Amino acid sequence: MKPKGWKDLTPGAVVLEGGSACNFKTGSWRAFRPVWIEENCIQCMWCWLYCPDMAIKVKDGKRAEFNYDFCKGCGICALECPGKKGKKAIEMIEEGK
Amino acid sequence: MAKVVAVTGNEAVANALRQVNPDVCGIYPITPQTDMMQRYASFISNGKVDTEAILVESEHSSMSACIGASAAGGRVVTATSSQGLALMWEMLHIASGDRLPIIMPVVNRALSAPLNIHGDHSDAMGARDTGWIQIWSENAQEAYDNTVQSFRVGEHMDIRLPVMVCLDGFIISHSIERMEYLEDAEVKKFVGEFKNLFPLLDLDKPKSYGPLILTDLYHEYKRAQHEVMTKVKDVVLDVAKDFEKLSGRKYGLFETYRLEDAEIALVILNSAAGTSKDVVDEFRNKGIKAGLLKPRLFRPFPYEEVAEALGNTKAVCVMDRADSFGGYGPLFMEVSSALYHLKERPLLINKIYGLGGRDYMPSHAELVLNELAEIAKSGKIRTYKEYIGVRE
Repeated sequence: MKPKGWKDLTPGAVVLEGGSACNFKTGSWRAFRPVWIEENCIQCMWCWLYCPDMAIKVKDGKRAEFNYDFCKGCGICALECPGKKGKKAIEMIEEGK
Repeated sequence: MAKVVAVTGNEAVANALRQVNPDVCGIYPITPQTDMMQRYASFISNGKVDTEAILVESEHSSMSACIGASAAGGRVVTATSSQGLALMWEMLHIASGDRLPIIMPVVNRALSAPLNIHGDHSDAMGARDTGWIQIWSENAQEAYDNTVQSFRVGEHMDIRLPVMVCLDGFIISHSIERMEYLEDAEVKKFVGEFKNLFPLLDLDKPKSYGPLILTDLYHEYKRAQHEVMTKVKDVVLDVAKDFEKLSGRKYGLFETYRLEDAEIALVILNSAAGTSKDVVDEFRNKGIKAGLLKPRLFRPFPYEEVAEALGNTKAVCVMDRADSFGGYGPLFMEVSSALYHLKERPLLINKIYGLGGRDYMPSHAELVLNELAEIAKSGKIRTYKEYIGVRE
């Protein structure tokens, strides 16, 4: 695709579509990777609620695997995860280990 | 039918805003503008307008609130002075970069330090490069007229830029003058219904303001912003033409006073231009061909037109009520840039006057015009930049 010239731009750099963040995969920024431990998951969906991006996939109303294309490794999901009987369902692991 | 009144500059501009009845107004007090927004707040409290007032904790917040309200899809105003404008600085660039037509009267006041509340142009000149349109006003009538016109300029679909309407602190904002109001209905009809471009509150069409644009496109966005500024002059003139039909008062990109056959001329902004015109008359009575140019549209600056208007003079003094320390006064820099491209151009000097509200007297204009007459005769300039009305 030919790159846009200055005459082709929307005034004020306004983005005229919703959900355009889907076009930008930002997972490569990650230094720590969240890992889902399914047996400790109570399906409370707090990770989905707290995730600032769209890194928690949901399938048939249930929490599914992470979408690492959008996970920047912020760790909020792991922090908020209530787990089951004191055992977290999300743990942060250093990338490359 | 016009209504003749005796009011202060602040009251005149507050009434222009009342007649427009914008959707949202960011309000934060700062001398000498405080009285303008206080009056506007009274209009809101008394049900004269249905504007939503946002009372904020700083001017930075005021401009931020205005940006949000404007992006949401409202017609938005605020007003400020001096330190308030300085505190808005980063948000000013965002308002223009987002192409939001916010209207903001700026009641010109000196900048600290030392602390000073009186009229000078340092505040608005400091906002010269923020991408806002700037329209300057000599008196209460012009401040009122420019405020009404600014909505049509900033909101024009080819422009969509924020506008500052500048008037001198205290000298104009707090002095009572005779002036004429237009009828409320006339102003309402003149500015027209507010039209949206990309309103955030149009929920069926989701959109985002303020994306991250890096090396791949930022340069192009700024080029596009420059292009919009090149269209402003024509819109200002078109709006002025319509305004003249309505009010009988004529406006251009600048005002010329006895300049056509002038050999020496002053270039001077705002209230001090009034004082200078009297002195120009005195010089004319003595047979000296003096004239004056008072810029109105300062951003974008009408370089070609100013060059043409001053091209036949022999000596010009650009008078600045602000200084770029270590440089020339900001108005001087524009005028000298404008004249440089002429094959034959007048000799040019710069005087700094009236900082921090120091009175600008007819004797000051006289002094400068005498010096210009001498320069025109001898072809020699004693000093390019000088403070006048300053104690040694």
